Amino acid sequence: MTAPLSDKLQKLEDALEEYLEDYDCTVEVVLGQMILTLPAEQLVEVALILRSHKAFGFEQLIDVCGVDYSAYGQSEWATETASSTGFGRGVDRADFVAEDDPHRFAAVYQLLSIQNNVRLRLKVYAPGNPPMLDSVVGVWSSADWFEREAFDMYGILFNGHPDLRRILTDYGFVGHPFRKDFPLSGHVEMHYDPERQRVVYAEVEIEPRVLVPRVIRQDGRFVSDQVLSEKGGDDA
Amino acid sequence: MPEIRNYTLNFGPQHPAAHGVLRLILEMDGEVIERADPHVGLLHRGTEKLAESKPYNQSIGYMDRLDYVSMMCNEHGYVRAIEKLLGVEAPIRAQYIRTLFDEITRILNHLMWLGAHALDVGAMTVFLYAFREREDLMDCYEAVSGARMHATYYRPGGVYRDLPDKMPEFSPNNWTSDKDIKRRNEARGGSLLDFIEDFTQRFPTYVDEYETLLTDNRIWKQRLVGIAVVDQQRAFQLGFSGPMLRGSGVAWDLRKKQPYAAYDRVDFDIPVGKTGDCYDRYLVRIEEMRQSNRIIKQCVDWLRSNPGPVMLDDHKVTPPGREAMKDDMEALIHHFKLFTEGYCPPEGEIYAAVEAPKGEFGCYIISDGANKPYRLKVRAPGFPHMAAMNEMVKGHMLADVVAVIGTMDVVFGEIDR
Repeated sequence: MTAPLSDKLQKLEDALEEYLEDYDCTVEVVLGQMILTLPAEQLVEVALILRSHKAFGFEQLIDVCGVDYSAYGQSEWATETASSTGFGRGVDRADFVAEDDPHRFAAVYQLLSIQNNVRLRLKVYAPGNPPMLDSVVGVWSSADWFEREAFDMYGILFNGHPDLRRILTDYGFVGHPFRKDFPLSGHVEMHYDPERQRVVYAEVEIEPRVLVPRVIRQDGRFVSDQVLSEKGGDDA
Repeated sequence: MPEIRNYTLNFGPQHPAAHGVLRLILEMDGEVIERADPHVGLLHRGTEKLAESKPYNQSIGYMDRLDYVSMMCNEHGYVRAIEKLLGVEAPIRAQYIRTLFDEITRILNHLMWLGAHALDVGAMTVFLYAFREREDLMDCYEAVSGARMHATYYRPGGVYRDLPDKMPEFSPNNWTSDKDIKRRNEARGGSLLDFIEDFTQRFPTYVDEYETLLTDNRIWKQRLVGIAVVDQQRAFQLGFSGPMLRGSGVAWDLRKKQPYAAYDRVDFDIPVGKTGDCYDRYLVRIEEMRQSNRIIKQCVDWLRSNPGPVMLDDHKVTPPGREAMKDDMEALIHHFKLFTEGYCPPEGEIYAAVEAPKGEFGCYIISDGANKPYRLKVRAPGFPHMAAMNEMVKGHMLADVVAVIGTMDVVFGEIDR
């Protein structure tokens, strides 16, 4: 983590500090990739600067990815302490959904500058219920379908989008399937009804089951030097 | 009162030229397209959601099924993201094998594209020719992984096993004459590398054959030249990548600009188009096949003279050998933990991209330290290309829609995910 930044990222970081000091954004580097986190209301302004200013030149929006952080860091099986009940297949899902958490939903924008050959990731948390962000279609045309997808999968609304329809799910679909409180097997299934001679929807019959429990292990090999020194360094 | 001539045409989803399940709502003025509204998602399987419920390694097979004509390139993108997250790197021989198979995959993909594109535009023969060569390449897939398409051959930390010393041969049967079997087995006497080398020697002639049929063909040119022109600025705006971007005159290739695997050690050129029409994109892809052939040759030479491990020796990530597992307790434990629970990468997020045949294929993984990804986002190259459909066909004739679908090289496995 403490490895020196490559020249390009260093240059980008300097430029971000210089030209975006009026904005409320934070820069961090994770695994050698730069992430810029900024508040929702400044998204479009900053996006315009990033695209048009010659110090940045991010002419391509590679991807927009919705994220639902509501189950972040939750595991289904304790690994630190022993428990009297082992892991069963019928895992109870905790009621983790905090409806109004302003940090529940986020949109992550992957930017690419072809002239400078450098990438940047924008992360914006979507506040409100329903979560809402400003659309960047006016800045990058490719945002059109990516934002439609984020809306379809996570229900993030994009203010100013020209045509915010569902894109991947079925006509008349209810719900946003990639949210963490949406079951993997869904709510409805289709089958052909010979009496009515058409395809009908019915409640899903299969029971959700977990084949491999979700566990979080603190692997010693990946613990950074910083964390170890905070601990006191006795197990370093 | 003027007569209103606009009407709506429904194209697909079960149309042979739609390359899968594309439904297009076309608003037409006579035979001219006013607006095209693609309805995608008919093949949506929720790959990203499924990946969230499985240990990392179990999703590699899903990657094959995204873009199901460039299987190993998708695996490469996913595996590379995991490797970066774990902070491991595959041995050099595995990197060369990946480069070799990425290029084999590129040829496989471009042959499929060429055949289908030509068929859509009205040339039957190329399709049959292209599939003849695809057969040989799929045999390479089979020799190395046991599967002809969905290989699941790349693993975090390397590739599943080394290249076989013996290329499988056809055995005598009741349906093929002995003479035919003998002819088919001619190139298969040696190892897989011998077979691939033999292919690389034959392949340039095959590409010449396709070009004889198409490049100067009057009908082919009439159907492609000047159709769906995208200039550089629009190509950037629309998020184009791969041959679509290069067709518009941008010399951008991740293999050169952000090298991965062994691409910085092999020699090849990036073909670039001029006008950004369908014909330029055709020429770019044809030249890419020749360049891929060049890379494959170099990889074969290197792999012949440099034996070595193809998988990391770190048994927290890669399974121990079968023999070790049978008589070493620690290896058995590693094996058990790896296949029941998997490995837990550290908390963090990563975006890793490869130059897939269709463009930039990227995987964005958010890990919260669990044995399953917290969020996996697949950046499919075809998705933004498909999104540009409206802009590309506006003002063209109905028949050109088919040419545009062909030139985009769409596969719905990756668009709908």
